[in-house]
Amino acid sequence: MAISNRTHRRGNEHFERVPELGRAPIGSEEEARLANIWKSEPGWRGWLSTVDHKTIGLRYLVTAFIFLLIGGIEALMIRAQLALPNQTLLAPEQYNQLFTMHGITMIFLYALPILSGFSNYLWPLLLGSRDMAFPRLNALSYWIFLFAGIFMYMSFPLGLAPNAGWFNYVPVSGPIYNTGPNIDVFALGMVLLGISTTVGSVNFVVTLFRMRAPGMTINKVPILVWGTLAASVANLMTIPAVSLAFFLLWMDRQFGTQFFDVANGGKPLLWQHLFWIFGHPWVYAIVLPAMGIVSDALPTFCRRPLVGYTAVALATMATMLIGFLVWMHHMFATGLPTVSLSLFGAASMAISIPSAVAVFAWIATIWTGRPVFQTPFLFFAGFVILFVIGGLSGVMVAAISLNWQLNETYFVVAHLHYVLLGINVFPVIGGIYYWFPKFTGRMMNEKLGKWNFWVMFIGFNLGFFPMHIAGLLGMPRRIYTYSSRMGWDSVNLITSIGSFILAIGILLFIINVIISLKRGKKASSNPWDAATLEWSMSSPPPAYNFAVIPAVASRHPLWEDRLEEEGARRSNLAEGYILMKGHETLSTSPIDARPLVIFKMPGDSYTPFFVGLLVSLLFLGLLLHWWIFTGLMATASCIALIIWMWPQKTLAQRTVSGTAHPLQGDS
Amino acid sequence: MDTFDHYALPVGSAGKLSAGWWGVWALIVTEGALFGYLLFVYFYLATQTDEQWPPEGLPSLIVPTINTVILLVSSAFVWASERCIRLRQINRSIGIMMLAIILGICFVMVQLTEWSNKAYALTSNLYGSLYFTITGFHLCHVIVGIVVLMLLLIWLSLGYFDDKRHAAVTIGGVYWHFVDAVWLFVFTTLYLSPYL
Repeated sequence: MAISNRTHRRGNEHFERVPELGRAPIGSEEEARLANIWKSEPGWRGWLSTVDHKTIGLRYLVTAFIFLLIGGIEALMIRAQLALPNQTLLAPEQYNQLFTMHGITMIFLYALPILSGFSNYLWPLLLGSRDMAFPRLNALSYWIFLFAGIFMYMSFPLGLAPNAGWFNYVPVSGPIYNTGPNIDVFALGMVLLGISTTVGSVNFVVTLFRMRAPGMTINKVPILVWGTLAASVANLMTIPAVSLAFFLLWMDRQFGTQFFDVANGGKPLLWQHLFWIFGHPWVYAIVLPAMGIVSDALPTFCRRPLVGYTAVALATMATMLIGFLVWMHHMFATGLPTVSLSLFGAASMAISIPSAVAVFAWIATIWTGRPVFQTPFLFFAGFVILFVIGGLSGVMVAAISLNWQLNETYFVVAHLHYVLLGINVFPVIGGIYYWFPKFTGRMMNEKLGKWNFWVMFIGFNLGFFPMHIAGLLGMPRRIYTYSSRMGWDSVNLITSIGSFILAIGILLFIINVIISLKRGKKASSNPWDAATLEWSMSSPPPAYNFAVIPAVASRHPLWEDRLEEEGARRSNLAEGYILMKGHETLSTSPIDARPLVIFKMPGDSYTPFFVGLLVSLLFLGLLLHWWIFTGLMATASCIALIIWMWPQKTLAQRTVSGTAHPLQGDS
Repeated sequence: MDTFDHYALPVGSAGKLSAGWWGVWALIVTEGALFGYLLFVYFYLATQTDEQWPPEGLPSLIVPTINTVILLVSSAFVWASERCIRLRQINRSIGIMMLAIILGICFVMVQLTEWSNKAYALTSNLYGSLYFTITGFHLCHVIVGIVVLMLLLIWLSLGYFDDKRHAAVTIGGVYWHFVDAVWLFVFTTLYLSPYL
């Protein structure tokens, strides 16, 4: 009897307990114990097996930035070719591969992954948690992204890169007109990348709803979190469309199915539907988190909270919802029925309403604040201007009659670069200036930073504004050269000069990063005097993030003393749940963030790396028609996944040993 | 301060409070979307085709209907198996899980026979491309589901789960229910909609 009682108690302690409250200031015994629990192994072992969201976030940032540079170099080659009429720097086929890889790289390998980098690094810090909901999935998501990027570049050195544009319309990308491996590399690479994006999105959604600090009700989360949530939900709903489209295309090309085969009843427009059902929500997925960066960081430099938090949060979600209903505006010139055109044209214009809500909120924040003109502020303010210009040209091309005039001209190229560079690259660079001290413990150079901004801003506008004019003059996109009699000479020359100035701006940024990494001023925990949780810990943050899980009472926990009335509830960052019997963090309820469960988080593991590697090799097998190899890799990834999923006692996923062994009989 | 309540909290993967339960639902949403797009492709092409649709005329319903019932019964068994764990009847739970797996395998066998009885193949015509791709996607999901159920069976037999701790069964179970539910849509589309 006594024994069974003890077993019973042990089981209880293992599966249920009152979380300990306490303090763990730097240097205390508790803090040392936490640091020991959460540290990664040194050397290559830790490098391959780490599941620390901060490491993974930085890897995402660096990898995506390298892809930005590769895509940028491709753009410069394109601009060198187009600087003057009748140039022969590039052959037509080379030009096709370069503009295709430029699009693929920027849209798929840079724009979302860089934002995933910010979100991976920042989410747990913003939400008051010690990790993401699925740390190993997080690592898997990174590894597959890296391998998918390498995969899509595999055929580039052979001169066989994808060459049908990033949206890859059939029949040009079909088996008849495109016989090499070019498109197959793209198709399989996109399915592979889709896995990475999907598991990443699952992680973000579950993290938001389950991993917030107690008291951080849903109406207190930072806008970056809203933006990434919107992007992740959109990805979950729409990535299958593009993965399926590419898979069907690959089947058409390799096995002779007839989905897009006109001669046998297939429909090329089916491709466009599937691609843009994904493609347009994706456009919002790669800007909403960046808009979130601005909504969260701009107020720091205006010395006041964001104006209209609720309106901006709702606008973020509204943009995403309407974003599901606008895909056909990429297909206005394909002969769709007038009813669909009107409906989708109207929806596309309606997007400008939530966008305007956000813009006015930013302007009001600057207007009613006391702006501090530091480098991040310049990038964020520049972003607002570019967003307005890109938004206006967006409303123009949403008008069907004008769209028919401007379709497939440089006007569209100008529009999409204004929105993508304006709403993605500028906030991203500003965001790196802003969080660099948190990432590295050092400040970036302010003087070089201002040069960096102005060179980029002038270069960008000089490069892309004349493209509007080129488009109005009728210059079609994707032509490898043009005759000087077309009257496009000067706009193209100015564009090319601007693009090289922009490149110098990016170069200044890289120089600043390198110099600051080595010689930057040491950063305190909160160098900008900002309001949100990530600035409450040392720079760079400790492995465990929060020594105690804080209790949050407002949207700006570090500004409460200045903003809140006497006697209002305050956040408590010094005292909270300690949770240090292994990798532990607190899980709270989805809406009102009340403590629900003590989560046992998995420690470092090699399985994500191996699953990622094996799955990528599986895709290589598919590409090369090595069927036996493919089968082996499929089996191996299954085994690796089973090892990954095996229930563990340390994670409290199964009973304490043997208490429920079936041989002991049912009770 | 009310956020610092002193009540006991579950530790680790506690049933529907676990992260995995939320994760599998996110997976179901994205997989559900995948099947949604597959059926979209079917209807998009079906409404615009000039071919005989389906090529063999109206499909015979007897075998697929029986197969549908097999799959649904297997879903019920998985549900019953989890219930037995909660009632602390581990041995019965193991037996029922085995039956569920056998029924799942039966579904695969019947489906493969269906395939071999078709007069057309994947590449014969547009309908063949659609039919084999859609049912192929579903069959892959069934096979993955069977592997998941087998793992659950192994873990149950190893005595890993009891009435308090069996999140894996809850999570794996709901995936199996999803695979079965999505078949109803595939079945309706491929077998019933031509009768309309």
